[in-house]
Amino acid sequence: MKSESNRKVLLIVPSRIMVRGIEGVFSDLGEFKVEGILSDISRTSEARLKNIDADIIIIDPVVFDYATRQSGRSKISEYSDAAVVALQTVTMEDDSWKQYDEVINIYDAPADIIRKLRSALSSHQESPATDSHELSSREKEILICVAKGMLNKEIADLYNISIYTVITHRKNITRKTGIKTVAGLTVYALLNNLIDSSSVE
Amino acid sequence: MGLICENVKDMSKINKEASRMVLSPSMKLADLIELNYSLLIVLSRLGIGLGFGEDTVEEVCRNHGIDLNSFLLICGIYTYDDYIAPDGLLKTGNPADVVRYLHSSHSFYLEDELRKLEDSLEELVAPCDSTQKKVIYRFFSEYRKEVENHFAYEENTVFPYVDALLHGNSRGGYSIEQFEENHSNIDEKLNDLKNIVMKYLPPVCDTVLRNSVLYHIFFLEDDLDRHTLIENNVLVPMVNRLEENEKRK
Repeated sequence: MKSESNRKVLLIVPSRIMVRGIEGVFSDLGEFKVEGILSDISRTSEARLKNIDADIIIIDPVVFDYATRQSGRSKISEYSDAAVVALQTVTMEDDSWKQYDEVINIYDAPADIIRKLRSALSSHQESPATDSHELSSREKEILICVAKGMLNKEIADLYNISIYTVITHRKNITRKTGIKTVAGLTVYALLNNLIDSSSVE
Repeated sequence: MGLICENVKDMSKINKEASRMVLSPSMKLADLIELNYSLLIVLSRLGIGLGFGEDTVEEVCRNHGIDLNSFLLICGIYTYDDYIAPDGLLKTGNPADVVRYLHSSHSFYLEDELRKLEDSLEELVAPCDSTQKKVIYRFFSEYRKEVENHFAYEENTVFPYVDALLHGNSRGGYSIEQFEENHSNIDEKLNDLKNIVMKYLPPVCDTVLRNSVLYHIFFLEDDLDRHTLIENNVLVPMVNRLEENEKRK
């Protein structure tokens, strides 16, 4: 288990002022730490999104264009299993906010922000089920390792994540595919061209 | 509102009780099969052939030398999802007949069902490429090995123990408690196979064949579930009783 201090936060916030403001709140109150900052959802951002093992993502939904805003949350979960909190900088339809684990308003007091991040984390852990039924890229990577016979510890070391996170990914893989055993996952990985025949000799 | 809910609950309870009453020694065996045709497989495992005419459950059991109470317990588990083995039947039922049933269903799985499933699975994946076929075959043979090991433990350890206990020459060092603790799950791989066939086989596989393999897996899953229930909820309590009697001697 990760310690309670220094939960990793990834910001997807275009405004520099707001980024500095959030960093200021975290440095005053501890518990959370900004691990990475993205100013948009471009292709290069997607790659970084995948590689940062964040506990929470704070996103300003203005990075999505109007048409994709409704599905913003599930787009994030394609790349990361972190809890996702929206930063409310503009007014939008109520439904657009409901998809997020929490919503931070720019007028929230620092303590409220921390409280909301905590509740986002705990509600996210209670129900890891995301809307997406497809495997995320990270889940696919871990599935490939499992299919090749790697142990949880080896997978954790390879991706520099905790064993706990590996186990969570594996649970999600089983929930999405319905396949529980390693032997079954190997068959799945091969049928879906995630591994080739040389890996299953 | 609350009152109505209560009434509905009571009604359904009564209905269930009523249908449970139907499973009685004096009913015709043909009517029992009409009630739940999956009992056909139970009959064949107990060596009861068809053509029993108008014979009642009691008569058929007597003619075949099968303990009536054990028969009712097995049929109960096969017929009702929420069946709780009645104490009276457990007390008077003969564990030897339950073991006989379990033993013959073991050989039924290994010699008939798994072989048939393997044949139809091979036919189903025939159009796949050779690597795909290889991993699927390997998966199936691992599954079969798991089932064989699971059954072998019961055949070589548990059943002889029950037999010895029944003949009054129990050997020390083993108790049915150990069986309860070590009773492993063999349903995971079968469930995986179901998902693979249903969701992930490439489209070149024939749909009709695929359906028939799926029907077969669903049937096996249910049957193995009932099989496990008979072990855990009928055999184990019966043997517990035997062990207690043994201690009192």
